[in-house]
Amino acid sequence: MKNYDIVIIGGGPAGLSAAVAARKNGTESVLILERDDKLGGILNQCIHNGFGLHTFQEELTGPEYAGRFITQAEELRIEYKLHTMVMDISADEVVTAMNQEEGMFQIQAKAVILAMGCRERSRGALNIPGYRPAGIFSAGTAQRLVNIEGYLPGRKVVILGSGDIGLIMARRMTLEGADVQVVAELMPYSGGLKRNIVQCLDDFGIPLKLSHTVIDIKGKERVEGITLAEVNAEGRPIPGTEEEYECDTLLLSVGLIPENELSRGMGIEMNPVTSGPKVNESLETNIEGVFACGNVLHVHDLVDFVSEEAAMAGRNASLYVQNACRSQENTKNLTEKEIILFSEKGVRYTVPSVIRPDHMPEELTVRFRVGGVYKNCYISCYLDGERILHRKRPVVAPGEMEQIKLTREQIMKNLLLQKITLKIEEE
Amino acid sequence: MKNYDVIIIGAGVTGTAIARELSRYQCKVCVLEREEDVCCGTSKANSAIIHAGYDAEPGSWKARLNVRGNEMIESLSRELDFPFRRNGSLVLCLDEKAYPDLKKLYDRGIENGVEELQILNRDEVLSMEPNVSDKVYAALYAPTAGIVCPFHMTIAFAENAYTNGVSFHFNTEVQQIEREAKGWKITTGKGEYNAKCIVNAAGVYADKIHNMVSEKKLHITPRKGEYCLLDKSAGNHVRRTIFTLPGKFGKGVLVTPTVHGNLLIGPTAMDIENKEGVNTTRDGLQQVIEKSADSVKNIPTRQVITSFAGLRAHEDGDDFVIGETENDFIDCAGIESPGLSSAPAIGEVIGKLVQKKYDLKEKIDFISTRTGLPDLNSMTLEKRNEIIHKNPAYGNIICRCEMVTEGEIIDAIKRPLGAKSLDGVKRRTRAGMGRCQAGFCSPKVMEILSRELGKSIEEITKSGGNSRIIEGINKDTF
Repeated sequence: MKNYDIVIIGGGPAGLSAAVAARKNGTESVLILERDDKLGGILNQCIHNGFGLHTFQEELTGPEYAGRFITQAEELRIEYKLHTMVMDISADEVVTAMNQEEGMFQIQAKAVILAMGCRERSRGALNIPGYRPAGIFSAGTAQRLVNIEGYLPGRKVVILGSGDIGLIMARRMTLEGADVQVVAELMPYSGGLKRNIVQCLDDFGIPLKLSHTVIDIKGKERVEGITLAEVNAEGRPIPGTEEEYECDTLLLSVGLIPENELSRGMGIEMNPVTSGPKVNESLETNIEGVFACGNVLHVHDLVDFVSEEAAMAGRNASLYVQNACRSQENTKNLTEKEIILFSEKGVRYTVPSVIRPDHMPEELTVRFRVGGVYKNCYISCYLDGERILHRKRPVVAPGEMEQIKLTREQIMKNLLLQKITLKIEEE
Repeated sequence: MKNYDVIIIGAGVTGTAIARELSRYQCKVCVLEREEDVCCGTSKANSAIIHAGYDAEPGSWKARLNVRGNEMIESLSRELDFPFRRNGSLVLCLDEKAYPDLKKLYDRGIENGVEELQILNRDEVLSMEPNVSDKVYAALYAPTAGIVCPFHMTIAFAENAYTNGVSFHFNTEVQQIEREAKGWKITTGKGEYNAKCIVNAAGVYADKIHNMVSEKKLHITPRKGEYCLLDKSAGNHVRRTIFTLPGKFGKGVLVTPTVHGNLLIGPTAMDIENKEGVNTTRDGLQQVIEKSADSVKNIPTRQVITSFAGLRAHEDGDDFVIGETENDFIDCAGIESPGLSSAPAIGEVIGKLVQKKYDLKEKIDFISTRTGLPDLNSMTLEKRNEIIHKNPAYGNIICRCEMVTEGEIIDAIKRPLGAKSLDGVKRRTRAGMGRCQAGFCSPKVMEILSRELGKSIEEITKSGGNSRIIEGINKDTF
């Protein structure tokens, strides 16, 4: 069995950034395992621009953004294997993987970074009734067919779900010659970024119907049409609001799910809200030496934040390996103090969800999402009863990830600190 | 003109089981199927259950063939290498007042010859299946009931029949049947066929086929059943197949693990007119979710990965119509539940009937076994590496949810009666059947199909006919 200090599962933006950071922090033995035929992950099919504004202060396309990190990884001579599927990770960090050249093989890692990304929710997950013909695609599958293979999956298109990929695909399909008739969204607000609604729908005159869903799919062999209906506050279709659309294609952009089958298999504790692992301030899971970052941890809107988060996971994994080597034995202090982050009133979750003050960096970014649209509100953070943050916001929405920063100084000031609470307040 | 001794109409589980039995004998057999593949109608959308045999009226075809089919299935599954597991079934009695009905079911089972039947009390049921409803009062336990893969079962029959000389003609819909001096003339969308004997195994269309030749009309009502399939993470929610006491429209909504490890809930029962009406409905899916909760608690319905509907071929007489209804014309009509369970026995009965009537001799070179695709995921690391070393395509995962390799997909395409479409590959390998529902693997499977079949990507379909996946190339309208 081969040994590596850090094995990174996934060579997309999270895996690449984690690898670069780990190497820069001084860990030589790093290996990326990637199932696809190239590094870069889903960015390779995201040929639109708008990536990198935070990281590189310029607008890059997805492949360009990935390219910057791939170049760094190559320059740092980070090892990677392509076409390699990880089949299993054991709780003691033995990674079982498979590819055509080496067959099935095992690697003993000192630390593992989970960076597998996410997948799209399917039609079945929504239980949309109707026939099951060809012509129903998740937006990402259509994106791959169009942007990588050059094929047009359909000519008359209806899109359900206003997640970012759906919005981007509304524009892309239009540019490639398809007639995108409507984007329907179950919720009373869009799940995508505001800028995408403007640039992908408004600029092309594509209507966005909020509080609408698909209630029937027609066509036995190929999609022939769909029925849209307005939904009430409980998400149930309102009789009498049905509208028929003739189309040959239905694209679904109805949410992303972190791909945590490997994580669950190794016994990692999950957060039911994010469907990602529960992590502490170091982005370490309940299994020591196993870190998570990027969309496998929680679904992001902007790749820039994925890179930032993954770099932190990479650094921490590197520190973990170096410390473990120094102390020889795992001296995890079970009585080590942990401060829990509570998500209340409008805040759905936080990453991390627990902070160990002893491991607190000088400044820690806490990312979170809200559960609804709130206007003229405040993002508040409390350390026990003391409000340390009260930031006014004209609007917050579930489609845009929020973040606050906590400092080591704030946390260490009160030695008796029990809990940190994030909430949305009206005043 | 194509001449055969026996022509079987329909390549579902019934037609292929008969084809496999007839392939034992020295006669020229052909199966006509209007779809592009075997297992495209009722056989692909059902509960995938091998019933024990206590439901049907004693003495009926349903009762006799179900019990016999159940007896045959285990050795058959070994002989033909398809997945089957005797997981046992429980019929729940949720109300003390209904207990006499449960007892009646038990008595009927005994009369039908079902072995090992027991009535369990509440505590026994709950210790066996902790997720069963707390309302349970008693249950009928049938250890002989099982679960099967209906796709693999049908494909196994078909492949073995093919190996033994049966021809299969797909995309061939029967339009007309006329009696001739010696046998029959069958007109199809793909030309004319002659046969001495016709076996009608046309599922929901068996009445149409029967009525082409007979004045004693049959009438089949498509009885729709809708289902939800849950992720494998929910696959252990129950270990046995859980029924409630049967009502007028059949055995009600069941909750069962599948032989591949998912959880299946359904079906509804709704009589419809349209024989192509395999669409799911909002009401139907709602009913599945509500009714399944009556028998099993805490079903994680958020884990639904797909839903589907199938059509039971319900004949007005409420039993299978089996036998030579007109001279040289054999019906296997009205094959609704327990049709899948009965298929091996239907094959046996029809095989013997035809053999006797036409005095057929056994082939000396009949091959009774068939080997399915290798099950890589159950192999040891060493064994797997041996296979990958011989053929590296077995090391290339295409479907990441079900861990299906390129090698298996190529096998599925290259086998006798191989896959021609995405659904064909899916039914043979499970690629695309997992939690992402083909989101990631479909472009790759399309590419493999295109390469292996020598077709362009535009010609690749989901399930034959007009179900093409790609409509054109980018900017082709500009």
